Amino acid sequence: MTIPINLNGQIHTVKAEPGTPLLWVIRDELKLTGTKFGCGVASCGACTVHINGEPVRSCQTLIEDVDGAEITTIEKMSENEVGAAVQQAWRELDVVQCGYCQSGQIMSAVGLLRENDKPTAEEVDEYMYGNACRCATYQRIRAGVLRAAEILEA
Amino acid sequence: MSKNLSRRGFLKSAAATTAVLYVGVNPDGAAAAGSNDAMLNPFVKIDSDGNVIAIIKHFEKGQGPATGLSTLIAEELGVTMDQIGFEFAPSNPKLYNNLFFGPFQGTGGSTAMANSWTQYRTAGANAREMLIKAAASSWGVDDATLDIQEGIITDGVKTAPLGDFVVAATQIAPSEAPRLRDASEWKIIGKEATRRLDSLIKVNGEAKFGMDVHLPNQMVVMIKRTPQRGGLVVSFDDSGAKEVKGFIMAKSLPTQHGVVVYAENTWAAMQARAALKVEWDMSEAEARSSSEIREELMDALGANPVYNVNKVDQKTVASKIDTAATVVERTFYFPLLAHAPMEPLNCTIEQTSGGDIVLHDGAQMPTGPHMAYQQIFQLPQEKIHIKTMLTGGSFGRRATPDADYQVEAGLAFVMTDRSRPVKLVWDREDDIRGGYYRPATGHKVRVGLDADGNIAAWEHQVAGQSIMKGTAFESFSVHDGVDHSTVEGLADNPYVIPNMAIGLTDTEKATSVLWWRSVGHTHTAYVMEVMMDMAAKAVGRDPVAFRLAYLEGGDKDARRKADVLKLAAEKGNWGSPADGNVQGIAVHKSFGSFVAEVVEISGTPADGIQIEKVTAAVDCGIAVNPDVVRAQIEGAIGYGIGHAMRDQITLDGGAVEQSNFPDYEPLRISDIKAIETHIVASAEPPTGIGEPGTPPSAPALANAIAQLDIWVAELPMSDRGISFV
Repeated sequence: MTIPINLNGQIHTVKAEPGTPLLWVIRDELKLTGTKFGCGVASCGACTVHINGEPVRSCQTLIEDVDGAEITTIEKMSENEVGAAVQQAWRELDVVQCGYCQSGQIMSAVGLLRENDKPTAEEVDEYMYGNACRCATYQRIRAGVLRAAEILEA
Repeated sequence: MSKNLSRRGFLKSAAATTAVLYVGVNPDGAAAAGSNDAMLNPFVKIDSDGNVIAIIKHFEKGQGPATGLSTLIAEELGVTMDQIGFEFAPSNPKLYNNLFFGPFQGTGGSTAMANSWTQYRTAGANAREMLIKAAASSWGVDDATLDIQEGIITDGVKTAPLGDFVVAATQIAPSEAPRLRDASEWKIIGKEATRRLDSLIKVNGEAKFGMDVHLPNQMVVMIKRTPQRGGLVVSFDDSGAKEVKGFIMAKSLPTQHGVVVYAENTWAAMQARAALKVEWDMSEAEARSSSEIREELMDALGANPVYNVNKVDQKTVASKIDTAATVVERTFYFPLLAHAPMEPLNCTIEQTSGGDIVLHDGAQMPTGPHMAYQQIFQLPQEKIHIKTMLTGGSFGRRATPDADYQVEAGLAFVMTDRSRPVKLVWDREDDIRGGYYRPATGHKVRVGLDADGNIAAWEHQVAGQSIMKGTAFESFSVHDGVDHSTVEGLADNPYVIPNMAIGLTDTEKATSVLWWRSVGHTHTAYVMEVMMDMAAKAVGRDPVAFRLAYLEGGDKDARRKADVLKLAAEKGNWGSPADGNVQGIAVHKSFGSFVAEVVEISGTPADGIQIEKVTAAVDCGIAVNPDVVRAQIEGAIGYGIGHAMRDQITLDGGAVEQSNFPDYEPLRISDIKAIETHIVASAEPPTGIGEPGTPPSAPALANAIAQLDIWVAELPMSDRGISFV
């Protein structure tokens, strides 16, 4: 079937069977590969995208359930204030190692900062718990979110 | 390039009109340069617009060689890190070999910087000297008065961008021994300001990993593999798969180890594979359970060891322990562990119109699949090409002696008409269940202490599954029957311990086993460092002072090890934890580097332990990129501690019981509240940094928990009554 989806500010008409996770439509059909496949069971957060501004695991979101929703991926994150601040903080602190999980980390971090513009370290840990990083860049992820909050406050 | 072709002849043949300068060494190891990369081994290429590209012979799995090797080129050439980019080298074991591995291109053993340190600086220095000579000749001045700084050639009066002299420089012969910049001149090496070159593309979604390869008209394949090692496909039924839109076909691998499902896209491949029914012949398959494997290891520890590792008379040592004033004794067990890199395994293979084979892969050891593909495709080496992609972690998994997943992809491709590229994708379940684990290992140790509380003798037995035996790497690691990778960190430990006898017995492999971040040190450091604490406690000594007694008066390694121990103790407030907290410490040398860690925890094993802080001290020689060094220590600590806390691979009737992150739980952000890393200033050549932070992390945690009166001698800790907040 063909389904229209609203992604990164554009309407795309994609071919996908009902039941197809949004992740695979984004990666295989639209060929936007910044959104990653890590576990397929919403246990690592590498596939996190925003739906109507909220972080969502795209591996567990079916294509038929995003009708009418605004979907945003990492490729569009530099174009909003919070996303740009998080990316700047990530670069200042060189958060990334392999980098494979970092799109998802950044999508979650932006979600947190939109909800709470001055989080504590504990609040960062609580919110970011579901985003796994096998390189264990967590110290810098935590510091990066706190730094992004500073950038946004300035 | 022919080995007999002289450098002069080769330089003459290089087209002078091409405005690109390549500098490296030729296959004979001599410095070489020219304008045609097909004939060279370039580590740096510069075009006449002044664009400088470092050619990285190692793969980038996050550990930082793309930044590190570019740093060496930039420093010597005289450009800033903003003026240099990087590309991955093609697969070529003669031109881009790891100097520590022989004629073999590969990344591993934390050698990327150590083996490249002189090679890449020399390439950068040669490029600088050639450009300077070209400029000096053009300006009619003495080349000794010229330098390149921030990409500008200058004699103090005249200036020109280095790109202006690229064409002329291709006509200048490189030197065998160019002048390397003195440490006092360094502007990038060892400096804090340097940021990673791969940071931007990894925060904006642009970075292309192997999983992101989309070739026109490609098929995605997934493989239904035998659930028990050694199982074989008898038959399969793909009638269910045929119902899946996008399913193309299914074929049994020629090895019968699985059935390949070909599909139009990843989701279709997943659905079709799930619908496939396979009948297996399990008559030769692994059928043991973890409890039986553990029992075999324990039985081996109860018998005389097969190998006397350090040739010390074992009876003499045993009798010294039998008559010692105090004896400390403990048996340890370490389970199988998966690597579980964030990016599941994958690679993509295509055939060019000229019949060449191209593999797109996060290739940790390109020479492995390169050689395997010569066999599979019956093609000469030069008809096979490997494009190295960015890689979402490895921890050792992407380097297997049998090039496992690349061979799978090759076989899947060779069974087609080759008109469509084939992308092999593993999912997380394939990864967790797909074999190649840190070997299960047991240790049994008796330490005898004299009446003064000093170690009189140390009896150490190891029983494990050899990683190297039966592989192409056997001759590297196995000598007189002893696989060094099982006992590294024991036999070569810088501690000066009197009367130490080390025995080893290999047991049958439960499944494929493989190097896993820090290899044998994952268990040997744990046992050494927990035993050190047990012995210190038994004689009422402070663990730091006790260890120092076996390091002071030793060789240079012992001094460096003592220094990081003292630094970690000082920076970690050893002996003065925050109220209600307890501390543990451990120190270990691996991959040429020395790391000590203090772990401070709060809570109790019953109510939950929280790791409050880890303070690390590292001596890895010259820290080329200090912030990358710190990042590697942070990551290595997390990797070591996370698995020690709660991870293991177990077998039930030969089948792996775990399947995905919910039951192979990664370290999470809240597990460690803080990590602080201190780097020892050093003028020694750089040594390893990707792995050395891992070995001391778990024993330092265990030694902290021991302050709460529980010695954890079997991992994971969560199985031994330890809960974490």
